[in-house]
Amino acid sequence: MIQRLFDLSLQTKIPLLGAILIIISTLSVSSVLMYLTYNDLKEALVTSSEGLGHTLSTTLAPTLLHGDVWRAFEIVRAPFAVSAPRNNIHPDTIVVISPDQKVFVSSDPQTFPMLSDISNYSEIFQATSKSDFSDNLTETSVLEPAGSEFLYILVPIKDGGLFLGTLILTHSRSGLNATFLDAAVQGAILELLVLAFLLPINWYWGQRMAHPLMTLALRMENIRNHPPEQLEIEVYDYRDELGRMFAAYNTMVEVLMEKAALEKKVISSERLAAVGRLTASIAHEINNPLSGMLTALDTLKQRGGLDDRTTHTLGLVERGLLQICDTVGALLVEARPQKRWLEKCDLEDVRTLLHPEIIKSQVQFDFMVDIPDRLPFPAGALRQILINLLHNAIEAAGIRENGWVRSSVVLLDDVLELRVSNNCETISSERLEHLFEPFVSFRAGGHGLGLWVTYQLVDQLGARIELANQSEQIEFIVRLPIPENRGNT
Amino acid sequence: MNMLQNRNNRRFLQVIVLFLTLFVLSGVSLADHEHVRFGVTPTFLHDQHQLLAKWQLYLTKRLGRKVEFIQRDSYQETMDLMRLNQLDFAWVSDYPYLHLRDLVRLVVVPLYHGKPAYRSYLIVSSKDKTTRGYEDLRGKIFAFADPYSNTGYLSPRFEIKKMGEDPESYFLKTFFTWSHRKVIEAVASGLAHAGSVESYVWDTLVKVEPQISNNTRIVWQSPEYGFPPLVAHRLNVQESDFLEMQKLLMEMKNDPQGREILADLDLDGFSIQKPDLYQGVVEMMREFGEYSAP
Repeated sequence: MIQRLFDLSLQTKIPLLGAILIIISTLSVSSVLMYLTYNDLKEALVTSSEGLGHTLSTTLAPTLLHGDVWRAFEIVRAPFAVSAPRNNIHPDTIVVISPDQKVFVSSDPQTFPMLSDISNYSEIFQATSKSDFSDNLTETSVLEPAGSEFLYILVPIKDGGLFLGTLILTHSRSGLNATFLDAAVQGAILELLVLAFLLPINWYWGQRMAHPLMTLALRMENIRNHPPEQLEIEVYDYRDELGRMFAAYNTMVEVLMEKAALEKKVISSERLAAVGRLTASIAHEINNPLSGMLTALDTLKQRGGLDDRTTHTLGLVERGLLQICDTVGALLVEARPQKRWLEKCDLEDVRTLLHPEIIKSQVQFDFMVDIPDRLPFPAGALRQILINLLHNAIEAAGIRENGWVRSSVVLLDDVLELRVSNNCETISSERLEHLFEPFVSFRAGGHGLGLWVTYQLVDQLGARIELANQSEQIEFIVRLPIPENRGNT
Repeated sequence: MNMLQNRNNRRFLQVIVLFLTLFVLSGVSLADHEHVRFGVTPTFLHDQHQLLAKWQLYLTKRLGRKVEFIQRDSYQETMDLMRLNQLDFAWVSDYPYLHLRDLVRLVVVPLYHGKPAYRSYLIVSSKDKTTRGYEDLRGKIFAFADPYSNTGYLSPRFEIKKMGEDPESYFLKTFFTWSHRKVIEAVASGLAHAGSVESYVWDTLVKVEPQISNNTRIVWQSPEYGFPPLVAHRLNVQESDFLEMQKLLMEMKNDPQGREILADLDLDGFSIQKPDLYQGVVEMMREFGEYSAP
């Protein structure tokens, strides 16, 4: 049962436990207050009664001295006059006992008739001793007989040291209880008001606390099925532990996303590297016998003496082998260390080489170069990279009206940055994933090796190629760090 | 016509002369003090202060001199004031009158139910259904009104003595309440088992505060006694003042304001009586050795 209670959702548990706590604390506070109130009431009753007793005893002394019953009766009856203020701390009866332990007078002669013996009133008599009605009673005493409905206050009546009698003020507990009940009812009403105020606040606060936690729990539970989502700041915009936990969660989500992206990249580049190695080794394996075959064919043709049919067939075989050679050659990408470094004029050459294509495609072409005259990068590889990227860009932009291509080659600190961007149709993310793989082409007639070759070259130069794909616009960025041991000249 | 006018003129002159005579006489007789001091005892419903104030104002207006009502809580005190020449007039009970008979003289006696007489009622609590008279009250607690009250002290003691008992030991306890009204209260509240009161007070209380008198029941009524009289000090009050006051009181029933006060007092008016009216009380006093012929 308790386990099931603790298994409840926070949405229920927080308000429920809060409500239980509020109710328990309100009840305990009010119980303590009621206990104190009861004691206060009793104390007030005793104090007020003692005061009344003292006043009465002083006024009663002469009547006892002179045996003036009627005056004494008027005095003890005065507090019960119709016009006197009535409350529950008022005594119920006032009795004057003469030293011979008989009722001298009482405010209620029907119950306590004059001259009746005190022993007739067993309850009072049991609670008191005979000495209470003699001059042994020197000061006010309060009697609370166990199980009695009444409480008695005994005041000695003295005049000049002479003991004249005892004044008894009786209080019914029901009067006290009625007053207490009034106070308790008022207290209970107040308590209900407090609860009516606190419980909705508790409910609201519980919901507020539980809602973000529930959202968090839901997101974390689904982390296996879905990529984690960040929590919106509105969910819990405070800097307490909960807020810090949500911030930490968001950071965690960020880190996870980054890690996932990185993993994806690593997998992709590893795959490309593996494909590269496989392709290169196959190409090598094919290239060697191919060279042999072509040399053999060439030798055969030079010897002559072949009939037309054979010559024709050999031609057919040679062209086929040459096509294989072309393809294989393209796959054998290698940025061989070159003696010649990149010069500014190499980039001018690229512009010149591509000029006819630009004219033909009618694209707007911006090309910005800001580099020193010479840089320690292999000129051939860089030219190849730039030509491949620009070629693709011009072709893609050329399909569109108002096609444009922008390119820049800039040296930023120790990094040579190549940028090529163009407008084009938006490329889907699935296609982007396979962009740099061999034999992947975006247009009819392409063999799908241009970007693959570019990727391999960049990779061999120890750099990275990045892709910024926006709506109807794509940009390739290649950052080449300047090799440290070579300087920039 | 002329004759009639002359008669009227003569009458007018007579009135003027009478008025002047009275004025001079009163001026002389009351030279030693300016106002009339009127003692009131608890013979009637003592706490009707408003009624007293009204009556005082009425007398002041009619007498042309300030009348001051001097209230005391016991007959004794009023009697002492009279003896000390502190009062001119007083409304006393029959029993004090007889005590003071050498010092005062009867001015008027109120008419109650058309007669200058009243009785003593023996009352018990209305819860007490068995008591029939004094014979059933042996060893009980008894409330007397005032030691100088006939109906509230002399009459009950006389009745007990008549039974051959000693009034001093017949009851378990007796006490004085110093007013008839309070005797009724003492019996109604249960403080005393029985009490003896004036019929006049009890009957009036039935009309004014029935919630008190309803708690009591009359078990016995005494024979009629002379009603408590209004008396004048023999030395303090000149004959003219005596007559003036007597006349004023006698004529109260003749004007509306006077009738209103009489109605409030539950009296029919006043009468002029002789001391013989109180012969019954004299007999009772003799029984206790309290009356000796002058």
